[in-house]
Amino acid sequence: MTVLVIAEHTHTEIKPSTLNTISAAQKISSDIDLLVIGNDCGAACAEAQKISGVRKVIKCDHAEYAHNIAENLTPAVLKIARDYTHILAPATTFGKNLMPRVAALLDTQQISDIISVEDEKTFKRPVYAGNAIATVESSDDIKVITVRSTAFDKVPAEGGNASCEDLDAAETSDMSRFVKQELSVSDRPELTAANIVISGGRGLGSAENFHIIETLADKIGAAVGASRAAVDAGYVPNDYQVGQTGKVVAPDLYIAVGISGAIQHLAGMKDSKVIVAINKDAEAPIFTVADYGLVADLFDVMPELTDKIA
Amino acid sequence: MKILVPVKRAIDYNVKVRVKSDESGVDLANVKMSINPFDEIAVEEAVRLKEKGIASEVIAVSIGPAPVQETLRTALAMGADRAIRVQTDVPTDLGGVEPLAVAKCLKALCEKENPSLVIMGKQSIDDDSNQTGQMLAALMGWPQATFASEVSLNGDSAEVTREVDGGLETLAVKLPAVVTTDLRLNEPRYASLPNIMKAKKKPLDDISAEELGVEFKPRLKVLKVTTPPVRQAGIKVDSVDALIDKLKNEAKVI
Repeated sequence: MTVLVIAEHTHTEIKPSTLNTISAAQKISSDIDLLVIGNDCGAACAEAQKISGVRKVIKCDHAEYAHNIAENLTPAVLKIARDYTHILAPATTFGKNLMPRVAALLDTQQISDIISVEDEKTFKRPVYAGNAIATVESSDDIKVITVRSTAFDKVPAEGGNASCEDLDAAETSDMSRFVKQELSVSDRPELTAANIVISGGRGLGSAENFHIIETLADKIGAAVGASRAAVDAGYVPNDYQVGQTGKVVAPDLYIAVGISGAIQHLAGMKDSKVIVAINKDAEAPIFTVADYGLVADLFDVMPELTDKIA
Repeated sequence: MKILVPVKRAIDYNVKVRVKSDESGVDLANVKMSINPFDEIAVEEAVRLKEKGIASEVIAVSIGPAPVQETLRTALAMGADRAIRVQTDVPTDLGGVEPLAVAKCLKALCEKENPSLVIMGKQSIDDDSNQTGQMLAALMGWPQATFASEVSLNGDSAEVTREVDGGLETLAVKLPAVVTTDLRLNEPRYASLPNIMKAKKKPLDDISAEELGVEFKPRLKVLKVTTPPVRQAGIKVDSVDALIDKLKNEAKVI
């Protein structure tokens, strides 16, 4: 068995989700190749060669690959896909967008968002917003899989010594064209990779009040998240959303502030090691998953917590 | 311009999900079923494009046994012009009709109907696969704009803002194309009583999967479905000081 992992990267750096995905790949086979499709992606490939557990880095470099357009990336993956028994990518918006396109053209039924590898054809994945776990067995020759990053430890980014070979670019098309992006710029840790996450909900009441969350986050080096309600209300941008359809996080410490705890939100954070809930409603569902609950008005206790912590 | 909107009948999002005791699946007996929320957003977007005079016809499509007709009537009541049901007795939840088979079925319908745009939910809230739209686009050789939070049509292309992990990204895709919807694309309307009555008279055609040349034979065998480990509620603390003490000395996370 040989596994191809599709790297998620910034062209200059490998993203942490790739390291989790390689870890899942190791549960299937030790023969793991990493495909880096990008534009001027030599630096990312150099980083990739050092990753522990990678046999070979395959570099596919072309100007048309600057923006992760799935319509262009897919033919590149298909050039080598049939050399592998398994093709894995992280279940991030990158992998979710790309992999079904690859799977359909290989005529294989993708297995989305796996949280465990039982054997080379059997996997566990959450369904019904994480309220049930399905164990599924694939009968396809090539298994196309996306991996839930939080369910697998990262492999070490150093210690490997993989070779790097070039793959000629595949044909590209202009049916889909990048126009612009508005990415959130922040010095805080990335939400899905942070050790501590502090999330705010509708209880904050306004975008202005979100600084209450941010002040505490900056004091303890935490990432900032939000419930769907807070995003829908326009307090923070969409990329803050933690939940079934937003990001799934599993930090050492998750602090939910003014979040009631809809099933949708719990699906995105209930695997956190320690959960703290601060909410003035003692009956809020968030308390059913919290290790430590503080029933209080967040506007009273958050300044005190920020002041006294660490 | 024709728009095709595939919709799925799925467990209502307010229902508490219960796993069957024999671990064969999720208990759907006597459970409220609704149109998948992401698909409802897709119907709304298509109907708005029709109301703006951009789309000429909105066709809702669903796959499944007789009850999916109710789901299609919901789409018709929201403003779709007609509906197509692909008949099958294969269950449409876990272990039944799978995304790849749905995509093949929709491909056959696209070849029949020639829509300029397919708008559909990015995932269904039962099996959470998030695959069908991308697969349909691949099989048709069309562009895809997934996780859309804004769609605007300009002649023969669509400009779509997508919700991605880092923030927002805008793509321009040539039509025909597939767009999959995210939560913030719009807020679906409630169908009014007169529109619900009118929907009963709108055309709803049945077509069999065989007629479309599609087989719903699962590739993934569901071996079992279990309840995830239940997290126990912890304790309530009565002050900030007590909380900090617990985090430092008991949980040791700060």
